[in-house]
Amino acid sequence: MVKVKSLADLQNLKANLQTKVDLREKGDSAERLVQVRVAMATCGIASGAKKVMEFFIDELEKRNIDAVVTQTGCMGYCYAEPTIEVKLPNQDPVVFGYVDSKKADEIIEKYIKNGELVPGIIPVNYETIDNNNQ
Amino acid sequence: MAKYKMHLLVCGGTGCRASASDAIVGKLQKELDEKNLQDEVQVVMTGCFGFCEKGPIVKVLPDNTFYVQVKPDDAKVIVEEHVIKGRKVEKLLYKDPADQKEISDSKHMGFYKKQLRIALRNCGVINPENIEEAIARDAYAALAKVLTEMTPQQAIQEMIDSGLRGRGGGGFPTGMKWKIASQNHADQKYVVCNADEGDPGAFMDRSILEGDPHSVIEAMAINGYCIGATKGLVYIRAEYPLAIERLKIAINQVREYGLLGDDILGTGFSFDIQLRYGAGAFVCGEETALIHSMEGERGEPTFKPPFPAESGYLGKPTNVNNVETYANIPVIYLKGANWFNKIGTAKSKGTKVFALAGKINNVGLIEVPMGTTLREVIYEIGGGIKDGKKFKAVQTGGPSGGCLTEKHLDTPIDYDNLIASGSMMGSGGMIVMDEDDCMVSVARFYLDFTVEESCGKCAPCRIGNKRLHEQLDIICKGKGTLADMDKLRNLSHVIKDTSLCGLGQTSPNPVLSTLDNFYDEYLEHVHDKKCRAGVCKDLMQYIIDTEPCVGCTACARVCPVGAISGERKGPHTIDQTICIKCGACMDKCKFNAISIH
Repeated sequence: MVKVKSLADLQNLKANLQTKVDLREKGDSAERLVQVRVAMATCGIASGAKKVMEFFIDELEKRNIDAVVTQTGCMGYCYAEPTIEVKLPNQDPVVFGYVDSKKADEIIEKYIKNGELVPGIIPVNYETIDNNNQ
Repeated sequence: MAKYKMHLLVCGGTGCRASASDAIVGKLQKELDEKNLQDEVQVVMTGCFGFCEKGPIVKVLPDNTFYVQVKPDDAKVIVEEHVIKGRKVEKLLYKDPADQKEISDSKHMGFYKKQLRIALRNCGVINPENIEEAIARDAYAALAKVLTEMTPQQAIQEMIDSGLRGRGGGGFPTGMKWKIASQNHADQKYVVCNADEGDPGAFMDRSILEGDPHSVIEAMAINGYCIGATKGLVYIRAEYPLAIERLKIAINQVREYGLLGDDILGTGFSFDIQLRYGAGAFVCGEETALIHSMEGERGEPTFKPPFPAESGYLGKPTNVNNVETYANIPVIYLKGANWFNKIGTAKSKGTKVFALAGKINNVGLIEVPMGTTLREVIYEIGGGIKDGKKFKAVQTGGPSGGCLTEKHLDTPIDYDNLIASGSMMGSGGMIVMDEDDCMVSVARFYLDFTVEESCGKCAPCRIGNKRLHEQLDIICKGKGTLADMDKLRNLSHVIKDTSLCGLGQTSPNPVLSTLDNFYDEYLEHVHDKKCRAGVCKDLMQYIIDTEPCVGCTACARVCPVGAISGERKGPHTIDQTICIKCGACMDKCKFNAISIH
């Protein structure tokens, strides 16, 4: 681990990490990585998010899909836990709610493999600080 | 295998469903089938778009076209024009209320989105256990900016200019708090993060710590630089094991990166953070009680002054801020006080996170600019009342707050308006109640909580709240008199005026606000011995109507206390002196002969 010793260090580090994350998120034509984020706050875990996350990790590997499964915090949709966000290469992320193993299977088979949407989509209904420049 | 080229998303939120989104899905599907496009275009019903006033909504992917107020008959034109010819259907586009211009791409209509996520900016986005993702999203950039470009005085001024007020409930201006702490000189000062979230139903602090611990760590370091403290403490309740774990992981990662510790970024500023665990006492959210608890003393509040800014943890100047307050701070330094200042109302700047709970469709964590109305929060973001029932009240501010009613729905939410309406911001719990909730019982519920949580130090709170609870209990049992209602009000004022800390000073609020807003309901309990919501069991009677009763004896067999008697094939009766109002008989009766009176 290299310590961050100056402002320049931090700026370089940020730029590098951002490229790394961007590459993973936006991808390019060669990039075929699927990203799955599982909301794993207390509420999500209590509704079974851990099981769902394990299911995705195991099944995506078994089904030979190049994917990264990560955990994240609460997305705020407590009524629809467990919630996940799936980002297919070159597409906007989609949030799915009420995900159990059965739903996860459907998401892999229909959405991840074929781009076919399945019920349970939660539209993004908030603004981020990135696009708020009033 | 079918690979869809286009998706039509139809809003399936409660509001849109009520206005025929099911029929829209059907019609769209039919049109597509007729044109033989079913393998290229997929119709999907989604959750609520949060724009119910313009529903039903249809969104087209991948071009993000956003159609509003769509009728089932519009399906034909959407398919023929948009899907086949690629032309947008102008009459269904959303028109900007300002200039009546159509806006087609939902990415350019951020203003319809009622929520703005500042404190929650990284929650649900980054992996909280990976500092790299946080840094890629600007974590610690504000700390670097403050340390290298600003003096502590300038940084404090920026905070004052931003207008940020404490999100823990009190609403004290954060910049002023920092200024006072910075002006007291001592060999050691402390920065404390209050993560003792205690309001029933509020969980935003937990979610922030679990989703984005770095925002809090960064802000505490900035706070330390501003007031001249090198030590930070997070007082967190032991009931939040996941938040504690993630916070520990985050602190270790920050230390590895050298962003906590000695000589941060080569600026000579040193700062480190430790955790202190609370055992979950509500009163320890009060800053003096919190500090005593951290010192290993009893978690009891003490008289202010001296304020913690003069003499706090171990007698040293201490600045205490809440988790959500801290989560806002890095963004303020990155985007500037002026940016933050423009969001919100005249006296309450920025956004507030609310935990929406109760009888509402979309229970969850939301973040809205100050000044958003309760109606927007409940009906647009929250998706309205569950099962189409009637809205009765919304409780804000937890046990210290009050109940707001229909007449407050269009009040813009900010610190001052909520207080003027007889409630308060509190930490941001928002519990929605419908016609099935009894307001006297609700007041009793909150008193139950304060009686449990009173630390017992001063008599008005320790004894007064207990008496208040007893009075409410008497009324709920149908034994109350009009004199009891006067007693309730008088006692409430005495407790408010004579208690030492915030707990006692606010604990009668649920009683006073329900007395003010739901006087009729109290009166019904006292006068007519009636509970309109059917919650107070002692005021209900299960009665068997002899007409439809066929004497099957099912009710008599299911009654756990043997209160039902009668001949086989003859009408049965319930002995009200024995009945415990469990309702088992009513569930069992196949002839709808049993009803509640």
